[in-house]
Amino acid sequence: MKIIVLLKRVPDSETKILINQEGTGIREDGVKFIINTYDEYAIEEGLLMKEKAGGDSKVTVVCMGSDEATEVIRTALAMGADDAVHIADATLSNPGPFTTASIMAKVIGDEGFDIIFCGKQAIDDDMAQVHCILAEMLDIPQVSVATAFELSDDAAKATVSRRIEGGDEKVETSLPVIVSCDKGLNDPRYASLPGIMKAKKKEIKKKSLADLGFSEVPGGGRSRVLKWLPLPKGGECRIVEAEETPDAVRELVRLLREEAKVI
Amino acid sequence: MCMKLTEEERMIQKTARDFARKEIAAVVEESNRNGVFQEEVYRKLSELGFMGMTMPEEYGGAGFGNLCLVLALEEISRVCPSTAIAVSVHNSLANHIIYKWGSDGLKKKYLPRMTSGETIGVYALTEPNAGSDVAAIRMSVVRDGDEYILNGSKILISTGDKAGVILVVACTDPEKRTRGLTAFAVEPDFSGFSIGKVEHKMGMKASTTVELVFEDCRVPASNVIGKESQGMQIALGSLDGGRIGIAAQSLGIAQTALDEAVLFARERRQFGKRIVDFQATRWKIADMATNLDAARLLTYRAARLRDAGGPCSKEVSMAKLFASRIANEAVYDAMQIHGGVGYTEEFKIERFFRDARVLEIYEGTSEIQRIVISKKVLEEYEQMYPA
Ligand SMILES: Cc1cc2nc3c(=O)[nH]c(=O)nc-3n(C[C@H](O)[C@H](O)[C@H](O)COP(=O)(O)OP(=O)(O)OC[C@H]3O[C@@H](n4cnc5c(N)ncnc54)[C@H](O)[C@@H]3O)c2cc1C
Ligand SMILES: Cc1cc2nc3c(=O)[nH]c(=O)nc-3n(C[C@H](O)[C@H](O)[C@H](O)COP(=O)(O)OP(=O)(O)OC[C@H]3O[C@@H](n4cnc5c(N)ncnc54)[C@H](O)[C@@H]3O)c2cc1C
Repeated sequence: MKIIVLLKRVPDSETKILINQEGTGIREDGVKFIINTYDEYAIEEGLLMKEKAGGDSKVTVVCMGSDEATEVIRTALAMGADDAVHIADATLSNPGPFTTASIMAKVIGDEGFDIIFCGKQAIDDDMAQVHCILAEMLDIPQVSVATAFELSDDAAKATVSRRIEGGDEKVETSLPVIVSCDKGLNDPRYASLPGIMKAKKKEIKKKSLADLGFSEVPGGGRSRVLKWLPLPKGGECRIVEAEETPDAVRELVRLLREEAKVI
Repeated sequence: MCMKLTEEERMIQKTARDFARKEIAAVVEESNRNGVFQEEVYRKLSELGFMGMTMPEEYGGAGFGNLCLVLALEEISRVCPSTAIAVSVHNSLANHIIYKWGSDGLKKKYLPRMTSGETIGVYALTEPNAGSDVAAIRMSVVRDGDEYILNGSKILISTGDKAGVILVVACTDPEKRTRGLTAFAVEPDFSGFSIGKVEHKMGMKASTTVELVFEDCRVPASNVIGKESQGMQIALGSLDGGRIGIAAQSLGIAQTALDEAVLFARERRQFGKRIVDFQATRWKIADMATNLDAARLLTYRAARLRDAGGPCSKEVSMAKLFASRIANEAVYDAMQIHGGVGYTEEFKIERFFRDARVLEIYEGTSEIQRIVISKKVLEEYEQMYPA
């Protein structure tokens, strides 16, 4: 069985994000980058499927991102993935989901596959679109927000649970399929130390757009990001203090009425 | 010397950090309150390869260097300094000594099960009358055919009650002092071995510290490490690795002290202000952060030098001396910033305050580090400007 896992390098959710001056992206200096959190579930599920299917099953990681993304790719290899394709091209800056999907579709088409696992969304731009567009382009079914995945014994079908408002939805799908993964699907393993050692010898195929046969950045999306803006600054916080609570409440009501004019 | 970590080093750091924050953090309070050695944590650490980090692959190790061990110990110590003790002793002393000095037979016998974590290795040097003064070791040894008979006791031995193999330095020839010491690999089920007093300590409570008693304890001659009379050389030759481990542990403690101090000071308000806005608090934070960076640079340098294979005792002692000192200053200042609640068990800093104290005592007291450093510095001057 051939399993593809899509991977994205994103800023750590614990770091504070600052928008660059031109409004075209974020300031990367001093920002720590990590594997997109939901992609970790995708890697783990890919590895579990490989272990279950056995034989000459293989997990290939596909990642689009700058040269620095090799670190997250290497981490996925250290967790147990077999090899990787890294699409890095200087002309790609903040590609939209349509562009990303177009390029990924080419890579995945070349690689061949039975199942594609990816995160339910990237925690940086929260688009959650790449896997949907990819499913269309590859003309395969997609199941999103998976919290349980079970392959049939003949490996021709899969049953997937989706966590939806108020309960679970159980879906049956044929293979090949693309599945976007949510928290709860599994418990991602750590990269073990022997795994980290072995990952050094695993192959990362680096591809530029030209290598993939594109003469320019593929466009075609119907939307365009105009500008990135910082969050509006919150107002000054004022603490109303008084000896007795009722006095503080009286003062608060006065401020809300006379200064804030909201009541 | 470039201090930027490589991709591989950052990956090890990440695994150690994620593991510590999830698996160790889940049991840290309970195990430190009740003084329980976390067998389950060590089993999982072993599965991930941490008990054979620096050993070559042929013996089941992961083949990394001392800097990688430092990064792992630092991350573990940020969450639980006492868990780091056995990891440090096992890797930097037990594995290292058997690999470097042991016969092929000993290596084949012990290393695979030590690197897999199935057997925990400990190191027993200290005796009631021999601490800083290793040459005063008096545990007696008599040869009897193809066995040696050991008599005496070792005290303050970390994880001694959980060990599968104990590296013991004993005295085969009291006349020859330091040239009369020999190192042995002793298994706890050898006849005449028993666990004595179990210590109740101020801190590092999730690490057990015990007395080991040898009463006509019979050790096969094949379990001599190196040659007879090489004990002092082995003990001194392995000090550097152990000391780097304590420096790493100190970094973890100092980092947590700083983290806790800043997070607390941003929340706590007195006199209508956050206490982080008082200059008295800021100066403490500035000193803690600066000292921590300096200690980290010294420690990473020492580890890189040791990995490069050259002499590094001076640099290692500097790292151990400085890092253990600033860790104690950091927990002191961090508790001060916490005020009264910091003195209670509700806050992490209370445990780290207690754990930090021993950093300046074990693996060579601060006084002993100063002896090492000053001796080397004076030797350098002697070479440059002969008297
Ligand atoms: C929690 C814990 C775990 C330990 N684990 C182990 C272990 O796993 N294996 C092991 O073998 N040991 C272990 N030890 C023992 C530890 O290594 C010793 O305590 C340490 O080496 C100091 O020896 P000592 O306690 O005998 O103190 P002493 O050597 O008696 O020193 C007492 C004081 O005198 C000072 N002093 C001594 N000589 C000089 C000098 N020449 N000049 C100036 N000052 C001097 C010392 O610096 C110290 O301040 C452990 C100790 C503790 C507390
Ligand atoms: C064991 C114990 C017993 C106690 N017993 C009693 C008792 O019997 N009765 C009782 O009433 N209380 C008692 N206390 C409370 C004790 O008096 C307070 O903890 C102490 O006054 C400090 O106050 P705090 O803990 O609120 O710290 P905070 O006042 O919050 O101080 C936190 C930190 O900020 C610093 N800081 C605060 N203001 C400033 C400033 N303006 N400029 C610079 N730095 C500043 C402090 O010095 C400290 O480092 C006890 C505390 C302990 C630990």
